Amino acid sequence: MKKKLGIGKAFLYTILVLYAIVTMIPFLWALSSSFKTLEEIVSGTISFIPKHFTLDNYKQIFIEQQMFPRWLFNSVIIAVTVTLLNLLFNSMAGYALARLQFPGKKSIFIIILAVLMIPAQVTMIPNYLILKQLGWLNSYQGMIVPTMINATFIFMMRQFFINFPKELEEAAALDGLSRIGTFFRIVLPLARPALAAQAIFVFMGSWNDFMRPLIVLSDPELFTLPLGLNSFKGQYISYWNYIMAASMVFTLPVLVIYIFFNRYFIKGISFTGGK
Amino acid sequence: MKKKAWREAGTGYLLLAPTLFVLLLFIIGPIVFAVFLAFHKVQLLGTSTFEFVGFDNFKRMAGDLRAKIALWNTVKYVVIVVPCQTMLALVLAATLNAGLKGQKFFRIVYFLPTLTSSAVLTLIFMWMYNQNGLINHLFHAIGLPTYNWLGDPKVALNAIMMMNIWSTAPFFMVIYLAALQDIPDSLYEAAELDGASAIQKFWYVTVPYLRPVTSFVVIMGLIGTFQLFDQSYIFSAGSGGPNNSTLTVVLLIYQYAFKTLGTMGYAAALAFVLAIIILIATLVQRRFSKEESLY
Repeated sequence: MKKKLGIGKAFLYTILVLYAIVTMIPFLWALSSSFKTLEEIVSGTISFIPKHFTLDNYKQIFIEQQMFPRWLFNSVIIAVTVTLLNLLFNSMAGYALARLQFPGKKSIFIIILAVLMIPAQVTMIPNYLILKQLGWLNSYQGMIVPTMINATFIFMMRQFFINFPKELEEAAALDGLSRIGTFFRIVLPLARPALAAQAIFVFMGSWNDFMRPLIVLSDPELFTLPLGLNSFKGQYISYWNYIMAASMVFTLPVLVIYIFFNRYFIKGISFTGGK
Repeated sequence: MKKKAWREAGTGYLLLAPTLFVLLLFIIGPIVFAVFLAFHKVQLLGTSTFEFVGFDNFKRMAGDLRAKIALWNTVKYVVIVVPCQTMLALVLAATLNAGLKGQKFFRIVYFLPTLTSSAVLTLIFMWMYNQNGLINHLFHAIGLPTYNWLGDPKVALNAIMMMNIWSTAPFFMVIYLAALQDIPDSLYEAAELDGASAIQKFWYVTVPYLRPVTSFVVIMGLIGTFQLFDQSYIFSAGSGGPNNSTLTVVLLIYQYAFKTLGTMGYAAALAFVLAIIILIATLVQRRFSKEESLY
């Protein structure tokens, strides 16, 4: 019996380790390629350790390709603004739908649920025409305003506030705080775990989005990183050493965020997916 | 009292104001607008013009060879990728949940692809798929045939499939992982008393218990795979090539809407059909899993 367990465990460990290798290889390969010389890249030899370790690729993309820092900046501005606005607006909406009584509340909630099921492709073309009409193509607001709320997280925040202890709010009301005051001073600070999970997902979604910037932005000055990276590939089509260095620069911020917020990540997913 | 009710309603609308604004201007308005567009021919030169054409846009699909290819590619992709990624996610989650050491470490490693942007992942894989690249070297080393992954129309879509199963499975794995923690130990203890092996326990306790979660994972998978765009766009530099082999429905919609003149209305009609296909696939899946759980 004991021996059998040992074999079973060894088998499970084998699966775990093998799959970890399968997951790591593309990243390690990209990382190692980003430190290789073009000579080594085109020679087609397979080695994870660069023969002549070089930082030239990174220098190249930051110095020769002056747009690169600009793309990084655009991505940061857009992702951070979108995240902050989402946190604020989704919580406000979730709170109103969970706690306040007003005519039309039920219909608004049903509409928000229904919106969850509409694929983005349906609204993509009209959205483009509306942004064009507003003169918001090629602008930060064209990227930010349409994504500053998210039906999924409004729904999530509503569930969160419904389960929130009412006594705290009642106490605040007795102390003379208005509804809005209670929301901002008492409720929102206590919603931190839910907000953290939401922040990560919204940030990642905006940071990694490819389709919206592709449609909204056409001026290279305003490109976000995914778009910049794609145009970069077109420019340096066979310079895989540069392309890999650029990819690594792009991935690093997300990795850092992930390592910091790892806890909330898993929680956030189980919150949205579990039940 | 009445004043209080009024004030509460006012506060409610105030808190909802940004949401309603975006909802009306960028979601509900566009849905209505999309229906309008699907029945019009749209010209964007200078001032936009809309000419009513009835069902012409929908009729046009029947004779559009590229639309058929795109639909066929997308369906093939969905049918292969969804079951593969679901099974892989389940196996990985069960393995991670077996109480082994180092789970935390493996969890972090496994989750990496989900974090990384599709643009970066696609570029990394294109680099590995190079004819003289890492994947062909690995395949050669273990005695498998090598391919021209990027250039051969017969394998290009498979290359995207492999990449996507690899990158999406970990996300669903985490969902399974959360659900696995809810399974009561008593179920396993009872199975053990009946002399069930580890594999039997997995098959007769774990899998049936997870059925609702599996249903959720499959629906999310369907919705995601039907919308495949980034990977095939970057892979083929926007063309859907080689020889239309990576052309997906969404990529085709994008091309008709933004890359050719005068076909925006047709693209809107295609987007509509795609939405309906996704809706039907989701309903069929629901029906299917409900019937199963009756037993």
